[in-house]
Parts: sequence; C-alpha cells; structure tokens
Amino acid sequence: MSKVSSTTSSSVARGGAYVTLAPRNEVLEVESEAQLRTLLSSLSGVDAVGLEARVAKLSTRSLKQSTKLTALDLAISMVDLTTLEGADTPGRVRSLCHKARRPDPHDAAVPNVAAVCVYPDLVSVARDALAGSRVAVASVATAFPSGRASLAVKLADVREALAAGADEIDMVIDRGAFLAGRLGRVFEEIVAVKAECGAARLKVILETGELVTYDNVRRASWLAMLAGADFIKTSTGKVGVNATLPFALVMLEAVRDFAEVAGRPVGVKVAGGVRNAKDALRYLVVVNETVGARWLSADYFRVGASSLLNDLLMQRYKQRRGVYPRSDEFSGD
Amino acid sequence: MNGAFVRSESGRSYEIVDASGTFVANVARASRKDVRDAVVAARAAQAKWWAATAYNRGQVLYRLAEMAESRRDELRDHVALAEASEAVAAVARAIDRVVWYAGWTDKIAQVYGSTNPVAGPFFNFSHPTPSGVVAVLAHPTSFEGLIDQVMAPLAAGNTVVVVASERHPTPAVLLGELSVTADFPPGVLNVLTGSLDELAPVVCAHEDVDGVDLSGVDDALLGELRSLSAESIKRVVRAGFASDADSLRRLRTFIETTTVWHTVGQ
Repeated sequence: MSKVSSTTSSSVARGGAYVTLAPRNEVLEVESEAQLRTLLSSLSGVDAVGLEARVAKLSTRSLKQSTKLTALDLAISMVDLTTLEGADTPGRVRSLCHKARRPDPHDAAVPNVAAVCVYPDLVSVARDALAGSRVAVASVATAFPSGRASLAVKLADVREALAAGADEIDMVIDRGAFLAGRLGRVFEEIVAVKAECGAARLKVILETGELVTYDNVRRASWLAMLAGADFIKTSTGKVGVNATLPFALVMLEAVRDFAEVAGRPVGVKVAGGVRNAKDALRYLVVVNETVGARWLSADYFRVGASSLLNDLLMQRYKQRRGVYPRSDEFSGD
Repeated sequence: MNGAFVRSESGRSYEIVDASGTFVANVARASRKDVRDAVVAARAAQAKWWAATAYNRGQVLYRLAEMAESRRDELRDHVALAEASEAVAAVARAIDRVVWYAGWTDKIAQVYGSTNPVAGPFFNFSHPTPSGVVAVLAHPTSFEGLIDQVMAPLAAGNTVVVVASERHPTPAVLLGELSVTADFPPGVLNVLTGSLDELAPVVCAHEDVDGVDLSGVDDALLGELRSLSAESIKRVVRAGFASDADSLRRLRTFIETTTVWHTVGQ
C-alpha cells in the first residue's frame, strides 16, 4: 500500500518544549489492510471521563486584555470562511471573498482569514475574487458531504476543483466503509486523493458525529494521517453533531502522538457548530495545551465557520472601544 | 431575562430592605455582561414581536393586565415599599394603564400613520415602525410611571430591557415574572436588577440599544448618560408620566416613520 516514514530523527513540540525522538519506521509502513487493522487496534482506548473532565477544566480558562485581543486576531486568521449551501450564487461567494480579504472594512489591522471554502463549481469565482490576496481557496470534494460515490467520481471531483484553482481540498471519508470495518478501502481512497492533490493541501473530514465514539475518532485520525492527510477535520457541518471540544481533543492528541512517531506535524480543522468567539478561544486553549504553540497558526489549525467571524469581529470591537457594537455592525455574508 | 429567571452572570447579589431597615429580599446584582446578554435577547426577539399582528400584541398586554389583577395583593405589598402614595390605588391605576396601552397596539398606525398628498401618480404612505431595542431605567418611586415607561415601547413593537430601581426593584421584578406567565415571547421584556451607577453607563453606551428612557435617573448622572447615548445615536426620553397626554407622547417616542411610495395602478 503506501509508505509513511520518517528516516531521520525528528523534533516535535510537546507542551512548548522540543524533544528529539528516534525514528520508529516499522510502525508507520502500511503494507496491507491486515497490518493497518492491527496497527489501529493497537491504539489504546480513549478514557472518555478523563477526556471530558480535561476539556471542562480547560474551558474554564479565561483570556484577558491583550492576550484576548491577540487570541481574537489569531482566531480570525485561522477562519476558513465557509458557504456550502445549495442556494449559493457567484455573487454570494464574491461578497464572502471580499469579507475574507478584509474582514473589517473600517480597520486594516484585522488580519485576513485563512481561506474561503466553497463547492467545486464556485472555486473559479472565488479564485478570481481572491486574486492577489493571501487568502487560500479551499473546496470540498469527493462527493461531499456523504462521500457515497465511486472512487473515480471522487477523483474527478477533486480534479475539477484543482483545475479551477483550489489550493486546498477538503475530502470526506467513506464513513459507511469505515464503520463496516473496510479500513483498507478508506485508506486507499485517501491515498488516491492525496496523489491527485499533488501540492494542494489535503484536509480529511472524519465526520465525528457519525463515527460516534472517541475510539473510532482516534482510529480514523490515525488512519487519515497514515494515508497522508495534511489536516484532519472534524465535521462537514451537515449532520446533527458537529465539532465538539472532546472530539477535537481526541484528534489533537492523535496529531501530537503522530508527530512524535512520524515527525510530521498534521493540522486540525474544527468545523460546524463553532459560532461564537468564546468557543473559538476555548479551542485555541485546548490546542495550545495539547500540541503546543507551533499549532497556533493557520498552517496547523483552522476553524471552518460562517457566523463565527462576525462574533470575533464584534468581540474585537468591544475589546478595542469598550462598548458593545450594533448587531448589524458587520455584514451578514 | 429571555423568558428565564437567571441569576447574574457575575454571581453577585445584594439585600434590599424596607423603610425601617428590615430585610426584604436578596436580588441579583447584574453586571455589564448581563446587560450584554439582555440586549442580545431583546434584539433577537424584536423582529418576531413586531411581526406579530398588532391585535396579538394587544392580547398579550391584556393578559398581562389580567395576571397583574390576580396578583394585586402581592403587587400592593411591593409597591408599598417604594411609594409614599396609597399602594392599593397605585396598583389599580397601573393595571388600568396596562389595559389602556393594550388597546393602543392596533391604533398607533391609525393615529401616527398618514396618506400624504404628492404631486405625481403615486400613493405615498407614512407608517410608524418601532425603534428596536429600548432600555428603560426604571422610575424608583412610581409603579405607574414604570408601567408607562415599559408599556409604551412594547405596545409600539419595541423590545425592552429594564434596569430596575436599585433600592426598590421588586415591583419591576414582579412585572417581569408576570410577563412570562402572560405569554410574552422570551426576550421581549427583560428585567435587570443592580447598581444604577454601574449599569446605566453600559446601557447608554451600548450601540445595539436604539432608545433609552432616562426617567429613573437623577440629575447628577444625566449629563454623562446623555452624552453616552448621543455617541451611539440613541433616542432619549426623560419625561413626566401618568397623564394620558404624556402617555401618548411616550407611545410616539420610540417610533420611527417609514414612508413608502407606490405607483398608482392604471
């Protein structure tokens, strides 16, 4: 199958300190489905009570004053501004792109967001609207959101998005296959899509709400990273349960452990259900405490959202000016 | 707040006492974050409150009067703490006044709306629309005054955040409690209790509050609150109360006028 190996010793961040680890290649070469199965089942189970207690504890952290302002700006720079509606129009995407380039028209100091995330047919519109900016174009592909199509169709979807100018591909895994235990199929699909992506960044959506258990999410995270994901992403935003802090923590722990073993930092994207600044800052705290400060950058952590950006801007306004803004101070799209 | 009886986000409370210094109750001492939450609730509720038919708003206010009627004795006891005047009569007048405003909901447009003559083939209509979210700094010693302050903006389709009197908040708290049982949609009437010095500047500086009734503040605070309100372009009222003429002026205070041109059909 595919090889993920680190041939030299590597440095990874853990709690802010850098430690050097010996390479352990033997663990990371995936040569057969049976071996993949053995590898994933060798992962220890998640202590759900401990996990939730840790999340609850970290959620009580309060960021104040200048730290809060820095965190708000950081969060804005990590947003993948998303519109994934059947009713999307080129006009709506264009206005979203303008907002992505300059989130607050009154204040040039507000950083641009990380990316705009759209369906493949609107990638070219976003590409044009974002020309000359540092905002990336991300596209969902591979039969988003269900992932229920043949591999050929999924690859064609990816090709189309890339041809239109996408910098990043958000793919969904085949949850049906994963839950039925056909891990090899899920793995091979990710490998094939990664090969198709070339230099484009690949985000693999696990859809934690459909995987249901923490153990499944841990296994799926490892599977995606072994198959070559640049990012692992919580959700599509299209099912009942979206991103939650405990699921994000499980994924961040997997990322941390994978970086130690493979020497390759993988990013995490949370999507769906992150609507206000307070939630976003909680995620940043969990990121910092789990994988360290290196991940506090748009290269390694993203938040997929639409309404979140306005709340971040409103909190920023409040912090800077000391008064609460009008509810329509910032544009809807 | 928002149809629920929440404690202050800050966890603070304070004691209120009657004229002889005897303990009456513990009440929540709201913080600026409670103001924020109340305004968010009021803003979210406003569109729906205004979209309801004027008749429906009237029915809700009538129901409030009925609920107040059924708890008349309790209201009397709490009003008596705050007012020098005869509490039984004050409560009776206040309830009558709620009924009076309930009757106004579907008549405001008739009185303040107009068909305007224009030199062209157009119909030209002006009709009253609510300002939006109105903050009320409650009158400390007149329940009837409080009813005027709260019911006028509500009848016109605004949603209201009340900062209750600091020394005698219980009549306002009771009013909030009655509103929930009277079928007010959550967020339409929100009542905060706490320190006026602390809350009033936050309310007046809040840019998402469209109007503020300062009848409950004394002259010392007035200048600062007026300038804060001006900064965020609020409609400000500080008026007398308890006569029909004043009430009409109040009804008109938190109303904006929308004018529509419509072509005359052939």
